[in-house]
Formats: sequence, C-alpha cells, structure tokens
Amino acid sequence: MDWRPSATLAMLRRRAQVLATIRARFARQGVLEVETPLLARSSCLDPQVPSIGVPLADGQRWLQTSPENHMKRLLAAGSGPIYRLGPVFRAGERGRWHAPEFCMLEWYRPGLDAPALMADVAALLAELGAPRSWRRRRYADLYAEQLGWDVHATPTAQMRAWAAGQGLADAGALPRDALLDFAMGTVIGPTLGQDGLDFVEGYPASQAALARLDPADAREACRFELYWRGLELANGFHELADAEEQRQRFAAEAATRAAAGQDEIAVDDHLLDALAAGLPDCSGVALGLDRLIALLAGAERLDAVQAFTWEQA
Amino acid sequence: MSSYSTNQFKGGLKILLDGEPYSIVEHEMVKPGKGQAFSRVKVRNLKTGRVVERTFKSGDSVEAADVMELELQYLYYDGEFWTFMDESSFEQYQADEAAMAGAKQWIKEQDKCTVMLYNGSPLTVEPPNFVELEVSETDPGVRGDTSGGGGKPATMETGAVVRVPLFIEIGDKLKIDTRNGEYVSRA
Repeated sequence: MDWRPSATLAMLRRRAQVLATIRARFARQGVLEVETPLLARSSCLDPQVPSIGVPLADGQRWLQTSPENHMKRLLAAGSGPIYRLGPVFRAGERGRWHAPEFCMLEWYRPGLDAPALMADVAALLAELGAPRSWRRRRYADLYAEQLGWDVHATPTAQMRAWAAGQGLADAGALPRDALLDFAMGTVIGPTLGQDGLDFVEGYPASQAALARLDPADAREACRFELYWRGLELANGFHELADAEEQRQRFAAEAATRAAAGQDEIAVDDHLLDALAAGLPDCSGVALGLDRLIALLAGAERLDAVQAFTWEQA
Repeated sequence: MSSYSTNQFKGGLKILLDGEPYSIVEHEMVKPGKGQAFSRVKVRNLKTGRVVERTFKSGDSVEAADVMELELQYLYYDGEFWTFMDESSFEQYQADEAAMAGAKQWIKEQDKCTVMLYNGSPLTVEPPNFVELEVSETDPGVRGDTSGGGGKPATMETGAVVRVPLFIEIGDKLKIDTRNGEYVSRA
C-alpha cells in the first residue's frame, strides 16, 4: 500500500481552515470545547450503530460511536453549551461515504428546542460556505409525496412489495422501520438538499433514538436530520431527559441486540444517573465533518478529504 | 456451498442470484442516518450481459457463484462443440455455440483463449486481443496503393469479415484486433 496521504495537501489545508473556523465561531459564542473518552465501558446500544470492541486486561471497552453520553454527563454537571470535535468509530461501515473511523462535530445548547437548533446548524454551515437557503421538510410529507405512503398507516406488506420491486433481497423478512430506511436511503434521500439545505423532521417514534417524543403527537419524535446534495450530514435531537424512559429504551435496545446475537454492551448507568440528577432542557446535534468538508470542496468521496484512508491506516 | 457477506463485496466478485451467475460491477453502502444499513450493488449477468441493480441488508450473505477464469488452448471444432485444453492439467472442456459467440470467428487451432468456467463448463470464451489470420477472399489488390485510405471487405480463413486496405490480397497474413474487429497491419 502506498505510504502517501490519501488527501492532497491543498485539501488538508482546506480541512484545517474549516476546523479553525468552527472553533473560532464556538469560542466567539461562548460554547466550551470539551474532550471525551474514546474508550469507554459502555457504548451506543442502538442495534444499527455497531461499536468496535477493545478487550483489555481490566475489562471490555468500546471505541465510542459518538461522544453523546459523556457530553450529557457534562451538561448535567452544569457545563452550559459545549462542543466536541474529534474521531468516532462504527464497526463495518465502509463505502464511498462511510469509514469505520471518521470525524464528528457534536454540540449541545441548553434552552434550545429542535427548530432553534436547526437554525443554528444552518448558520454554522453558511459561515463555512454552504448554501444560505434551508427548508424544514416533514418526514411524513416526504413519504406521502414521493411514494404515496402514510408512514403511520400504510400496511407493512405494501411497503415490502414495493421494496421487492425495487430489487431489495429478502424484503419480506424486513421490519417496517428497515423498509422506511430503505426508501429514505435509496429514493427520498437522494432528492433532498439539491436546492439549498433540507432538514427532515418528525421522525416516527420508533426511530426516536435519544430524542424526546413530540408532546403534541406521541407518534413522532423531536429528531431531525440534515441533507445536502442527497447526503445525510447531521442528526439532531431535542434530548430525552427522562431517566426512566431512557432506561426503558436501553432495555428494549438490549433485548433487540440479544435476539439478533449482537455484542452485549453494558447499559451506561452513569448516563442514567446523570439524567436522574437532572439534564437541563437542551438540544444537541452530531455532524459528519468529513462529509461536510467533501461537499464544501466538491469532492466525490470521503477518501479525498481524510489524510489517510481506513485501508492505509 | 460457499457464500459472501455484504462486507466482502467488491468489484469483480462472482455471486449467484436466482440461480444465475453475476459479477459485481459496482457497490455502495446506503445508510440513512441512524437506520438500517444496506449494500447496493450493480451486477452483470454473466450469461446475458444484462446489468441490474440489487440491494441487500448489510451483513446478509449471498451465495458465491462457482466461476473461474482459465487460459485454455483451443483444440478443434466437431460441428457442435469447440474443445479446449488446459495445458498444465491436460483437462479438456467443451464450449457450446452460446459460449463461443464472441470468439468463434477469430480463433484457430492452438490459439490461447480466456475461458470463464461456470460450474466447470465454459460460459464465455474470449479470443486473444490480437490474432493473425490469412485472407481467403477479397477483391483483387490495387497495386501501388499503400495509403490505407478507403478500404474493402476481406473474408479471413476463420470466416470473419474485416475491412482492409485496398492493397491487401488473397493469401496475405493480417494482424487483427479482436476487441473492435479492425485490421492492424500485415503480419
């Protein structure tokens, strides 16, 4: 394998400029930069977000898929607005726009709800050179417009038949959320963010992850995603602060993992204790920085903006 | 029967779909945010050449197609099958009309061809990129014209018809590029 970097030096200078602009912006706004552990005893329990395990003499550790749990402990301890810029890890993710190790920018703002945080994300991207125009699109509307589906009512069998017709192998065995994901990933997603930035909001409650449910309609979660030029760039939540509900969601995820034969990951009791102690009302967002830099620079793949690729590392 | 997991997918991998052998042309991971990851592939049917798009749930397994490519020597045609031989093992293989579609008009006994075997039988036969063939039929040569301008059809000893320069005559040996079927030079 070639020893030379994957990205050009000009691209690495551009990358450094983006990082510097982000840090200067947050410093100006009084958002504190924090560092969080990369190797922890617990990790994300979401069955779709696979962690890389590191067995050590003093016990099992996991490379973190996001700094979320540690950042929430800082917030509960009274940190105020914080951001973290650094690597995260996802087992087995490799492709033109995926790498097992990538750079994530994650930040939290106490007192902001999801719509306010979307405006904050758009302002940051505008400062970095992304389009200034942005829209909020409702998840349910996108499926209705492009597929004629009612995401809450269309029968799963109908979704399976459609997916099979689109060349999805074994569509009959997939659960409803996976079919919705297939439609988003292959049909809806690629149409988003082609004319400015598109925020998708109002995800089904079954895909709430760590977001609180919409108090006005419990079928939906206060979660959003950002798309630019068909690529998913960021995921944000009005954060779930209820320790008991969080404990139940962890238990459900752990059960799904066990049923699928996935790695058993210890529940993060520190996070549950922090939520019980009191997480300030806040929203947070995680943004894939390599993808953003690639789109800003007109690059066609992650490899063009990372100094060294997964294969070269 | 061996199989491949989606995370082993790469261009050129031979897989079995609905009982037919396919080669992966292109693959891309699709994962919408925090949801289910999929592996999207463009695959070429090795029998028909048709390219289709398929998607698999990440981590799923797909059966491997028993496909391999060998360099074989062409021995003879018996009116139905073209017989080839592996020069190291002396194993012989018979290719049918369909497998020979792209090769039969170019090859002569003892030529070496790239043969793709599927379940042990020739699926496609690729002729050498360049072959040397004798002209068996063409209009009389135009003496003195060596410009190569214009041209005329010539039938080669194997039956292939190639556009050649006007000065070429019956009995000339020519070098032909089998990839585009064009005359290169006199051999």
